[in-house]
Amino acid sequence: MPSEPLIRWPWVTAHLDEIGAALGQHLFLTVIAVAAGLAISAALALLAHRYRRAEAPITWLAGVVYTIPSLALFVLLIPVTGLSTLTSEIGLVGYTLLILIRNILAGLDGVPRDVLEAADAMGLTRRQRLFQVELPLALPIVMAGIRIATVTTIGLVTVTALIGQGGLGQLMLAGFINLFPTEIYVGALLSIALAVVVDAGLLLLQRALTPWARGGGGRR
Amino acid sequence: MELAGQVLAWFSDPTHWQGADGIPVRVLEHLEASGLAVFVAALLALPVGLVVGHTGRGAFLVSSVANLGRALPSFALLLMLIPIAVDVQLDFSTWPILGAMVLLAIPPMITNAYAGMRAVERELVEAARGMGMSAVQVLVGVELPLALPVLLTGVRLAAVQVVATYTLGAVAGGGGLGRYIYDGFARQDTPRMLAGAALVALLAIATDAAFGVLAHATAPRGLAQPLPGRARQPAADQAG
Amino acid sequence: MARHVSEDPFRGLALPTSANRPAGAPHRAATVAFDHVTKRYGRRDDGPTAVDDLSFFVPAGATCVLVGPSGCGKTTSLKMVNRLIEPTQGRILIDGQDISTQDPTRLRRGIGYVIQQVGLFPHQTIAENVAVVPRLLGWSARRRRDRVEELLRLVGLEPGQHMNRYPADLSGGERQRVGVARALAADPPLLLMDEPFGAVDPIVRARLQDELLRLQRELGKTILFVTHDIDEAIKMGDLVAVMRQGGTLAQFATPAELLTQPASDFVARFVGADRALKRLTLRRVAELPLEPAPIVGLGESMGAVRARSGGRTPRWLLLVDRQRLPVGWVDGSTLPDAAAVDAAAAIRPSPLLGRETTLRDALSLLLDAAVRAGIVVDEAGRPVGLATIDAITALLHEQNDLTDGRDDPDAAPGPPDVTAGPTASGSRDDGDAPRGGRSPRAPRG
Repeated sequence: MPSEPLIRWPWVTAHLDEIGAALGQHLFLTVIAVAAGLAISAALALLAHRYRRAEAPITWLAGVVYTIPSLALFVLLIPVTGLSTLTSEIGLVGYTLLILIRNILAGLDGVPRDVLEAADAMGLTRRQRLFQVELPLALPIVMAGIRIATVTTIGLVTVTALIGQGGLGQLMLAGFINLFPTEIYVGALLSIALAVVVDAGLLLLQRALTPWARGGGGRR
Repeated sequence: MELAGQVLAWFSDPTHWQGADGIPVRVLEHLEASGLAVFVAALLALPVGLVVGHTGRGAFLVSSVANLGRALPSFALLLMLIPIAVDVQLDFSTWPILGAMVLLAIPPMITNAYAGMRAVERELVEAARGMGMSAVQVLVGVELPLALPVLLTGVRLAAVQVVATYTLGAVAGGGGLGRYIYDGFARQDTPRMLAGAALVALLAIATDAAFGVLAHATAPRGLAQPLPGRARQPAADQAG
Repeated sequence: MARHVSEDPFRGLALPTSANRPAGAPHRAATVAFDHVTKRYGRRDDGPTAVDDLSFFVPAGATCVLVGPSGCGKTTSLKMVNRLIEPTQGRILIDGQDISTQDPTRLRRGIGYVIQQVGLFPHQTIAENVAVVPRLLGWSARRRRDRVEELLRLVGLEPGQHMNRYPADLSGGERQRVGVARALAADPPLLLMDEPFGAVDPIVRARLQDELLRLQRELGKTILFVTHDIDEAIKMGDLVAVMRQGGTLAQFATPAELLTQPASDFVARFVGADRALKRLTLRRVAELPLEPAPIVGLGESMGAVRARSGGRTPRWLLLVDRQRLPVGWVDGSTLPDAAAVDAAAAIRPSPLLGRETTLRDALSLLLDAAVRAGIVVDEAGRPVGLATIDAITALLHEQNDLTDGRDDPDAAPGPPDVTAGPTASGSRDDGDAPRGGRSPRAPRG
């Protein structure tokens, strides 16, 4: 296919429905994975924050999951959950855990000692301190983790095409199998664009949520 | 579990330890290609990260590379490089995956080399200059040794990611442990598929552990010794 | 007079707190008592001792400064008062109530707390920061807002300008003011301050110290104040507890007593070799016996002056203008009787001293100007007399020889009865005790 152009635009305009559906599925898989990952990570991170002894095993386990190659993890799950959305979601959620747990913990650990001491000394209860002081102050770093997890998940969703899911990954894989570059490039470029747009959106959200942290760094 | 027994049986079959599709050959293929990709990426990334970290100029470049690297999934890169490889008549089962792996390994190395240099305390550098050390002496004698642990963490992250992700090369017909997964999947040979997944996971974990030992051994005496456990950093990224 | 704790300060500790309150003080202040308090660290309390059998009593409305080298347990002692740290042994009583029986969060909401790093919540505005405790106490939004405005004004910040800003927008000194406002928000009877001015530059620190003294005159709170700086302790404290490594109390006394009668070599060393000079910071020009100033008015003739002084005219005369403000010194011996004194004859004036100027500053000014006497002026700037170096040194010697109790010269900020120990049967002091016959060291054991 030496003469084949990277993108044939007529194909694109003829297949907008198909491309849109793939994009929609891609976004759907990503949102579910990050939301579920955030819920699980928040629970585990708060546990590790409360009981320091739990931190090492929790991050170790999340680290092991993270180290398993994505394709291998998806494949290992097939005997259990089959070629299903659930399989891809379990894998995708698994990869968000380490990033999110680490960032939530780093955010909580980054709350300055003097602020905690002041909170205690003013008579905030443990719960009040967590919800009114620690979590709001951890937010910039937690949001940074959510951004990284989301962008990473958008990339990983393409791999789930190999187990029959994949959103834009389906498009790319079909292009590879049919030796049709247009499908590969439309899928890949849209996936990259999706990552960039979602990342920028989350950054704006983070700025809006933390007006006190100028520059968005969140560190004093 | 019946499946576990089948996987064990697959491992104990001596024919799976011999020949071009044997475990030793596949492991070596995997390590060879991963090592090559990390080496090339290190040649490109480390000097840039060190120079930017040393001078403090170009920090924007470093953060852009880090963000871009995260947004460019390896699977997409691999597939996008295939038509180009075909165009220029290169073997599309080898070169696209190597290219994708080099691009995967650059961001963690460049950001950590940069961060390592920035973390060297300015007072130390000034003290070194004050004692009459030349710029090169300061760089080699003070900054590099102190930046080394963080820099090595970057290489470690890159290596683990490359070893894990090189598996995808099998999709384009490449070698390495991904072959077992992809072929097993294609042939409905579940034990082979699971054995491949287990092997690649083990290899990634072993790579991480090996770098952990290396970091422990090379840490400058007097600095807090990094444990040979997992590299700890706020957030990394695995591109698919 | 001894401000030390007598043998068993807590015998019958039903303290009449109202009796200790300054007359007409607008706000309640609490008494604080440490009763054989010990803190040991370690899992089974077998570790190093941070605070060792500490006992002292702080009357309501007094400022008590805990001072000592690092590692002396002063901050640990402070944090035991609001139960951020629990004592290993002993009791701490606020208004006679054992705090270990009280709910920690409720206890803390009633105690103001100010620390060196301020600890403002970075994600909340200044108004929200100041209103933290009122919100916890369930005050209405309206009442919180009024209180925030009142407090910001009290600490010298313009509410309209600062309420909606974030801590990151403020300077270090402004942040510390907000910290003080926050501590005062619910009008607590007790303030704990842990090196509150340790992180600001010396100029701002001096200003914040002065403002706290002014605030304290207005509010009459009981304050426990931790510092490692003996000068700050002497400036801020009605009472000073000097602690040493190992958490023992080396001396508990008024600043004046600390400087005149250090209880041990340790205290003497800690107070410093310049303690004679430091003592001067406790006293004001107003306490000096002033020499009369020989005054000559602008345009007056020397003859008239000589006639007025009956022939014993001093050589140097202080020339004043028509508003009786000092112009400078004239050498009368060089002027003939007929000459009218004019400003051209005057040489530079001596330093002008206010009655509230500390003797330390006065001495420094005099030494600096290389003159024997400074002109003491009243509030309008008119001379009322001369303060001489001799008078200052005489006062210093008198202070050294002092064996009788003398009223604390800087007692002004504190209530008059800061010195009354709880069990000293109200006696101000054993004023006629022979010198050295009493140990200012607080009894232990």
